[in-house]
Amino acid sequence: MVLVLALGDLHVPHRAPDLPAKFKSMLVPGKIQHIICPGNLCIKEVHDYLKTLCPDLHITRGEYDEEMRYPETKTLTIGQFKLGLCHGHQVIPWGDLDSLAMLQRQLDVDILVTGHTHQFTAYKHEGGVVINPGSATGAYSSITYDVNPSFVLMDIDGLRVVVYVYELIDGEVKVDKIDFKKTTTASH
Amino acid sequence: MISDVAEDEEKWLAAGIAGLQQNAFYMHRALDSNNLRDALKYSAQMLSELRTSKLSPHKYYELYMRAFDELRKLEMFFKEETRRGCSIIDLYELVQHAGNILPRLYLLCTVGSVYIKSKEAPAKDVLKDLVEMCRGIQHPLRGLFLRSYLSQVSRDKLPDIGSEYEGDADTVTDAVEFVLQNFTEMNKLWVRMQHQGPARDKEKREKERSELRDLVGKNLHVLSQIEGIDLDMYKDGVLPRVLEQVVNCKDELAQFYLMDCIIQVFPDEYHLQTLDVLLGACPLLEPSVDIKTVLSQLMERLSNYAASSTEVLPEFLQVEAFSKLSNAIGKVIEAQVDMPTVGVVTLYSSLLTFTLHVHPDRLDYADQVLGACVKKLSGKGKITDSKATKQIVALLTAPLEKYNDIVTALKLSNYPHVMEYLDNETNKVMSTVIIQSIMKNKTCISTSDKVEALFELVKGLVKDLDGTLHDEIDEDDFKEEQNSVSRLIQMLYNEDPEEMFKVICTVKKHILTGGPKRLPFTVPPLVFSCLKLVRQLQGQEENPFGDETSTTPKKIFQLLNQTIEALSIVPAPELSLQLYLQCAEAANDCDLEPVAYEFFTQAYILYEEEISDSKAQVTAIHLIVGTLQRMHVFGVENRDTLTHKATGYSAKLLKKPDQCRAVYACSHLFWVDDQENMKDGERVLLCLKRALRIANAAQQMTNATRGSTGSVTLFVEILNKYLYFFEKGNPQITISTIQGLIELITTEMQSDSTTPDPAADAFFASTLRYIQFQKQKGGAVGEKYEPIKV
Repeated sequence: MVLVLALGDLHVPHRAPDLPAKFKSMLVPGKIQHIICPGNLCIKEVHDYLKTLCPDLHITRGEYDEEMRYPETKTLTIGQFKLGLCHGHQVIPWGDLDSLAMLQRQLDVDILVTGHTHQFTAYKHEGGVVINPGSATGAYSSITYDVNPSFVLMDIDGLRVVVYVYELIDGEVKVDKIDFKKTTTASH
Repeated sequence: MISDVAEDEEKWLAAGIAGLQQNAFYMHRALDSNNLRDALKYSAQMLSELRTSKLSPHKYYELYMRAFDELRKLEMFFKEETRRGCSIIDLYELVQHAGNILPRLYLLCTVGSVYIKSKEAPAKDVLKDLVEMCRGIQHPLRGLFLRSYLSQVSRDKLPDIGSEYEGDADTVTDAVEFVLQNFTEMNKLWVRMQHQGPARDKEKREKERSELRDLVGKNLHVLSQIEGIDLDMYKDGVLPRVLEQVVNCKDELAQFYLMDCIIQVFPDEYHLQTLDVLLGACPLLEPSVDIKTVLSQLMERLSNYAASSTEVLPEFLQVEAFSKLSNAIGKVIEAQVDMPTVGVVTLYSSLLTFTLHVHPDRLDYADQVLGACVKKLSGKGKITDSKATKQIVALLTAPLEKYNDIVTALKLSNYPHVMEYLDNETNKVMSTVIIQSIMKNKTCISTSDKVEALFELVKGLVKDLDGTLHDEIDEDDFKEEQNSVSRLIQMLYNEDPEEMFKVICTVKKHILTGGPKRLPFTVPPLVFSCLKLVRQLQGQEENPFGDETSTTPKKIFQLLNQTIEALSIVPAPELSLQLYLQCAEAANDCDLEPVAYEFFTQAYILYEEEISDSKAQVTAIHLIVGTLQRMHVFGVENRDTLTHKATGYSAKLLKKPDQCRAVYACSHLFWVDDQENMKDGERVLLCLKRALRIANAAQQMTNATRGSTGSVTLFVEILNKYLYFFEKGNPQITISTIQGLIELITTEMQSDSTTPDPAADAFFASTLRYIQFQKQKGGAVGEKYEPIKV
């Protein structure tokens, strides 16, 4: 069992002062094995904070990131799953599932994690999964109205991944759970 | 020389201890054989060692302690003697036959202790006799230790209330009288010590004197332990007498130490009830006395006392503690003209802490203290003394910590004036502390007046203060500071749009003074504050009766335009372009076509004139195309202009693959799923064909320069785009074009000159798998895909 934290589009400090305190108290060092962040942190302080939660940190570059060295896309393998990461402002139309699916085919991954829209989504697609963890700070977005802060925790176990979505609604953390099983046909 | 003195002293001490031990040995033998006469003889000889004047206080103390231990044994012996039938009165007479006065008085005190215990005479008589007799020793060091011995042996035998020595004739008054008298005499000896010996050793002597201070202070401690001293007695009998001695001794060391001692040993409620008397003594002390420390200690104790329970607060009000302390401080500062700044600030800092604890509701008191402090600082310029600076920071931090709410501190009109006296560096540190307090407490600053006041406080971070050189500033520190300002801007919020607009105007006014280095940090948060307000207003019907002054999205967009323009001049073209596009989309949502067009124009101008880095251009194109794709506000003409430009920019990117990707992305500008009037299949196809041509050109270029054909990735990407629009029902995308593209890719991949690219192979494989997947779906989609052969 491996825990993967996916969070992005924090936009600190341009659009939000910090992660919500409720999230901060949930995210403690030592529980998470990998962090994947599609980008727009936007400053080093946030990078350093994430690094304290888990040293295995994977980031792709959002258009507001001050760090220029983050790659545009990134892939990594965790257990039986191949994961792909990309901020998503490069994929037009923004947030369009069919276009993201093309990126998923291009990166040849089971799970694609992107951001940019600040809208949490998780779709099964051709045997794979496309996830957008939303904005961890609930930052303003030109695309999505009334953004709630959210992040995603993936529990990867064998061929199964359970996606937990944590969303902060009116000061309360709501958790949702989505189950995915990797079908052998999609194996590489 | 010094080492010689030290060596000599060691020798003298060793000799003294040897003599003492030898006589003690004989004394023990006498005690064991119950030989009173020998016991007295040897004990007197033993005590003679204390007559030395060669030892420093430190060494003398060592000798004294050894004698003290022996005297305990002797006292036990005397007690047993009286039990064996020896009259205590006879003993008291007998020891007075000792030849030398110092041994005689030590023995007398020892017997006296047994005498009081025997209760054969009233305690007060014995005590009075002893304390009088001790006058016989006028040598300061010897006298101090002798009286210290007296104090030690008598402290459990005072006729205190509830003590077994209390009686009709013996009252607590006698106990107090005895201790006060011993205290007075000891203090006199102690003060006189400074005049002994040559003037050149004064410093050394003062140091030695300082080592002896606890012997004198012990008396005050004993006084504080006397149960019978109630407030009245303390007020009328004890404190005035002690203070009289303190004031009259005119000795700096003694005055400072004893004032501090009084404050530490007696209970807080006594201090509170005798504030007049205690504070009245302060101006009478020597000018060199460190009175600020004394008063600070007093205020600290009283603050803690006030904090200990709310029940004691009425006492503070009843005695008007604040005004008394405030007056006393004013007088002390006036009297001590040479008091350094740190002293002045420390005093006010203590007073502020005091009033914050005692009168948390009286903000005017706190402001008064700050005001008084400013008055005393005025004319001194920026403070350079680091200790004074530290105190000012403490002074300014106290209200923040007390109220956990900057809004309260903002009401203190003198607060920013105090900050003026900090040097630029510390001013910034203080500003950061203020911001941190706001962030920690999640304080929302909700009116433009408060924002104005806040910016006055943190101006050290918001703009360059006079005399700051940029070279001196550490880049990382600067970033951190400005990020904290950026965070702060998000805490400035009001639900009411009118007030929020005022807040925004105030913020804008201040941050635009920040200069080019700060704008990239401060403009974005302001822009997003504005956009949030726009969105809030967007849902509301515009009030037809609304006057010119009411806040509208249009007005906010004007402000946004000016603000981002200021940022673009910095220059910060990429950030400015991103913000212009954000605004354009917001204007789109407000159905303000001209405004949206203007923002796009600004973004385009920046792209054309300022963004030259090829990587930055690619990102900018993504954002331009991505935003433009979402715009629905534009009429045909404007839209055409903008899309035409965007495709033009795309085709002119430096790298062929970037060109190709940007061009196929532009195809989405002509086909928007949920808008029927935006489905121009022909122009989509034109884009895709253009992308194909570029992909071909890219391939040929690689062939020419590297000798092998480049990757087929671009072709697979374009194939996917064809499939995308095919699936969306674009009639221009036919089965045969798709089929042709698949064949082209297959051929290219099998060609010997193609560079193997596993990633492209996998991409192609998964694309074919996708086609297969769609075929198997059945229904309309399956039917559509059926003819494609893979």
